[in-house]
Amino acid sequence: MVSLTINDQKITVSEGTTILEAAREVGIDIPHLCYLEGINEIGACRVCIVENKGMDTLITACNTPVEEGMQIYTNSPKVRKTRRINVSLILSDHDCKCATCVRSGNCGLQKLANDLGLLEIPYENVAEKNKWNYDVPLIRDASKCIKCMRCIQICDKIQSMNVWDITGSGYRTTVGVAHNEPIEEADCAFCGQCITHCPVGALRERNDTGRMLDALADPDKITMVQIAPAVRAAWGEGVGLYREESTTGKLVSALRQIGFDYIFDTVYTADLTIMEEGSEFLERFTHRDEYKWPMFTSCCPGWIRFVKTQYPELAGNLSSAKSPQQMFGAISKTYIAHKLGIDPDKIFSVSIMPCTAKKYECDVAEVNDADHGKDVDLVLTTREMDRLINADRIKVEELKEEPFDDMFGEGTGAGVIFGATGGVMEAALRSAYFLLTGKNPKMDAFKKVRGMDGWKEAIFEIEGVAVKVAVVSGLGNTRKLIEAIKAGKVEYDFVEVMACPGGCAGGGGQPIHDGEELAETRSKTLYGIDSTAKIRFSHENPTVQMTYEEFLEKPLSHRSHELLHTNIEEWGL
Amino acid sequence: MSRLEFRAKDRAQVVVEGLYGDIERRIIASPPGQCPVDMAASFLKLCHAQTCGKCVPCRVGIGQLLKLYDKILTLNEESSMADLELMQSTAEAIRDSADCAIGTEAANMVLRGIKGFREDYEEHILRNRCADNIIANKQPVPCVAKCPAGVDVPGYTALVSEGRYDDAVKLIRKDNPFPTVCALICEHPCEERCRRKLMDTAVNIRGMKRFAVDNCSETVPVPDKMDDTGKRVAIIGGGPSGLTAAYFLALMGHKPTIFEKRSQLGGMLRYGIPNYRLPRERLQWDIDAILSAGVEVKTDYDADKEQSMKELIADYDAVYISIGAHTHKSLGIEGEYGEGVIPAVEMLRGIGDDAMPDFRNKSVVVIGGGNVAMDVARTAKRLGASEVNIVYRRRKDDMTALPEEIDGAIAEGCTLVELKAPVRIELDADDEVKALWVQPQIAGESDKSGRPRPVAARADEERIPCHIIISAIGQGIDYADFEDSGVPVVESKGLFSANRSASVEKIDGVFAGGDCVTGPSTVINAIAAGKVAAANIDEYLGYHHEISVDVEIPIPKQMDKKPCGRAEMKLRYANQRGSDFLEIEQGLSLEEAMQEASRCLRCDYNGFGAFRGGRNEKW
Repeated sequence: MVSLTINDQKITVSEGTTILEAAREVGIDIPHLCYLEGINEIGACRVCIVENKGMDTLITACNTPVEEGMQIYTNSPKVRKTRRINVSLILSDHDCKCATCVRSGNCGLQKLANDLGLLEIPYENVAEKNKWNYDVPLIRDASKCIKCMRCIQICDKIQSMNVWDITGSGYRTTVGVAHNEPIEEADCAFCGQCITHCPVGALRERNDTGRMLDALADPDKITMVQIAPAVRAAWGEGVGLYREESTTGKLVSALRQIGFDYIFDTVYTADLTIMEEGSEFLERFTHRDEYKWPMFTSCCPGWIRFVKTQYPELAGNLSSAKSPQQMFGAISKTYIAHKLGIDPDKIFSVSIMPCTAKKYECDVAEVNDADHGKDVDLVLTTREMDRLINADRIKVEELKEEPFDDMFGEGTGAGVIFGATGGVMEAALRSAYFLLTGKNPKMDAFKKVRGMDGWKEAIFEIEGVAVKVAVVSGLGNTRKLIEAIKAGKVEYDFVEVMACPGGCAGGGGQPIHDGEELAETRSKTLYGIDSTAKIRFSHENPTVQMTYEEFLEKPLSHRSHELLHTNIEEWGL
Repeated sequence: MSRLEFRAKDRAQVVVEGLYGDIERRIIASPPGQCPVDMAASFLKLCHAQTCGKCVPCRVGIGQLLKLYDKILTLNEESSMADLELMQSTAEAIRDSADCAIGTEAANMVLRGIKGFREDYEEHILRNRCADNIIANKQPVPCVAKCPAGVDVPGYTALVSEGRYDDAVKLIRKDNPFPTVCALICEHPCEERCRRKLMDTAVNIRGMKRFAVDNCSETVPVPDKMDDTGKRVAIIGGGPSGLTAAYFLALMGHKPTIFEKRSQLGGMLRYGIPNYRLPRERLQWDIDAILSAGVEVKTDYDADKEQSMKELIADYDAVYISIGAHTHKSLGIEGEYGEGVIPAVEMLRGIGDDAMPDFRNKSVVVIGGGNVAMDVARTAKRLGASEVNIVYRRRKDDMTALPEEIDGAIAEGCTLVELKAPVRIELDADDEVKALWVQPQIAGESDKSGRPRPVAARADEERIPCHIIISAIGQGIDYADFEDSGVPVVESKGLFSANRSASVEKIDGVFAGGDCVTGPSTVINAIAAGKVAAANIDEYLGYHHEISVDVEIPIPKQMDKKPCGRAEMKLRYANQRGSDFLEIEQGLSLEEAMQEASRCLRCDYNGFGAFRGGRNEKW
């Protein structure tokens, strides 16, 4: 144990504790900006500087371990003066047009500057300008970048993609795409983790709200929106609602106020995905020698991009089933149009996703099969949808619970947990068990695949047959798993992969809370919905059953293959 | 890809490292008269290019400082003192919060400048211009500017290149009556900023001078005296400063009389510098020429004892005090007064009068790290010492002795004992030296001079057995009697107080200069002081005699300047020279001297010299 004083408060903490952590223990908040626990502890911004009595030089609290007898002052005159200058310097290298910034009101730098009362910056603004392809789902505005290096660290350490790197040298050192490549050629998964870990507005998703509003304004378009499972667990964060208040019913109500013609649930096609993917797994499992193993899930476009760029030889191992988003898109302009008696060419199919890679996915030519324009016309992230709600000044606290529109808002608990790591696996196993045995398993039979571990594995016995499964989230974990498979160290039958740590609940399109990882909290909401759901098995979803009866015939049918399956090997990047 | 690879330099890196070398030389060759604010801004620009870019204070902060420099330096930009305040507070924040030395030291450079030449900053901010003294100090010819006596270096180099060695000696004597002495032992500050360093390395200026004095006629007559003024000037001390003053005063038509305490003239040149560096006959050649100008000399004459200062002042029209610094400083350790403990100045003084001590089969320890320490160490070796250890409390790098003196001592068999501080001298029953006890030191934090402060190491004292201990830890002056006569003394330094014109306040007609005012320094500084004193005594006496020389300087030949090696003077082999007192250095060959002369860039004709003239014809 190490004893020290912080602002004259005596404290004893364990060895290796940083000054920042020690200060927190006695309720002292040391301002910081670049620090991201465990990921970016490099002392770049020099905002968390503190005075150590007896030293002329100030030290950074975020990455300096405590030493016996330290006398730390977090707000000494020298600290105050230097911190103000350092934040002023950061502002001088930052486009301070907060009014048009996506992160205004949710910006570490803005808050810091406001808290310090920095009303005049004595330095000339030297913010850097960059060229960027604004068609890709991931946008970087260099003029807002404060070079905290978090994006580089997240991409390297958590996602193992190394898309971002230092570019330039000396004082021109900045962040850019590694090897000076354009972003569209950089093998980026578009997972968006760099966006959700950016303290400022330097990184964001492509803003598609304008196209959304145009479609809403177009009298010839019928707007049909689907809401992804994970969105319901996070949407309230961006509009000022407590978690327990932000129900799916209120979200439907808000979207209805915005003016969507049809509001449906992606959970319906998540259940459909389970039917197709589960059946595919059983088909493969029962004709083992004809397929490559393990079978991987295919609902995460970040993961698909990862496979196609990092391990293209494994693309054939992925389930050919489309993601719930794309299944909904394909069904919306065929079966749903038919059921609703509307012209599929007039449908403007929109999805609200916790994801930035979904914006890529809907544009892939190979995935568009309904022959009425794109199957999904537009993807909005949870954040973009929240902005639409805020723009219309919708009084969220007064929203009433409203149901989805008929039929295609029907989803099961199994479909809802798609939004959490392990959820797809659990939902698939619930139905696979049924398909194999003709009876439903116990509800907690597959609980082992739940939880925030980045790499989970389990063996389930179904009718005396052992099924070895694994669940990974985060592309760094994914790479480790694949390397282990390739090295012959592990062997699985079925593997669920989600590009974002914690799954879609922690998706790159979700609301941003600096320094907090909310995947676990949001996942609890999803499992909560599942636990109280009337129907908790995808195969029991009445709309799914109806879809097969009236339209698809059966899983893996010819029409299913036409509309709900895809050849990932042929996807463009 | 391999797991590990040898790091090979790529071509760009090799080239850029060559450029680093160019910049190092360029900085060393910075001519006098640069705007310090502009220089500080340029240095900071380099610092900014070196930032790794990680931390805000260094990456952004230095950039903002550069913006402020631009604002201050640009002629048509308005700036205010608030900019300087902002500069200071920004630099302080960088100093206090940057993560590594790239940032902190860049900020420290800025802060040192703001403190050190604040008035230059203010001049730029308030009046949009460089301070007046910048223009005034703009010197076209770096070597001349750096020579304290202002000797016309390009002039005599050009004369050497044409074989006009007598003219070269005459030209040197216009500013310095010791061409031979300086040819042999000058510390050559003229070479420090030689513009040739921009291309390769400095011209071997001392070598050129040596070639002139080695090849000139047996005697080179001094100029004719000017008309007799009848004015008498007493010069107390016949060292380089007193002799210089006497020479110029004699040429001006005055009657100088040198009062020399010792039996021979030359001061430290004779009683401090060993023969192997400055053979007595070579010294005498310069002294003979000086005396030929008409100087009266009284040797073995203790001015202060024989005739009080007051009487001297009364009897003479002016007095120049140039008694040098000949007293030793005490070691202040136990056993200091034992048999065999010898102050370096006393030993060298005896040798100057041919009283050679016998060190045969004696083990000698020299305490100190200056040139005098090297001189006595090498002399002790020549006097037959079986072993010579030079004990210094700092490191070799911190020694004030010239590197070539240190290397010479080592080559001749002396041993450097670094980082050992003497603590006491062990004496036997007969009071004779048995050993020096030393405390090992470690090089600690740097002091104000930038040298690491020696700090006692946690280690046991060590015993160095020896018979003779020579202390060479610095010299002072014997000022008590002069002080009693009213000559002002700077008590803290133990030196006479004189202003930059060499005049002594409060006593009309008394001047002082050389080591007794500056403390132990170089021969060229002593000569410069004598020159300054002569000029100001002449003015004091009511005259304005001008010293000039009637020598036509050759116009430079036009040729491309290409990088070229520097010819160095050679030394006799260490194993041969180390046991006798004959001169150790050999001058350049004719071939070398001609190449060296051709390396001179002739700044007297080129560059700013073409505009403002590169030559002071007279003074």
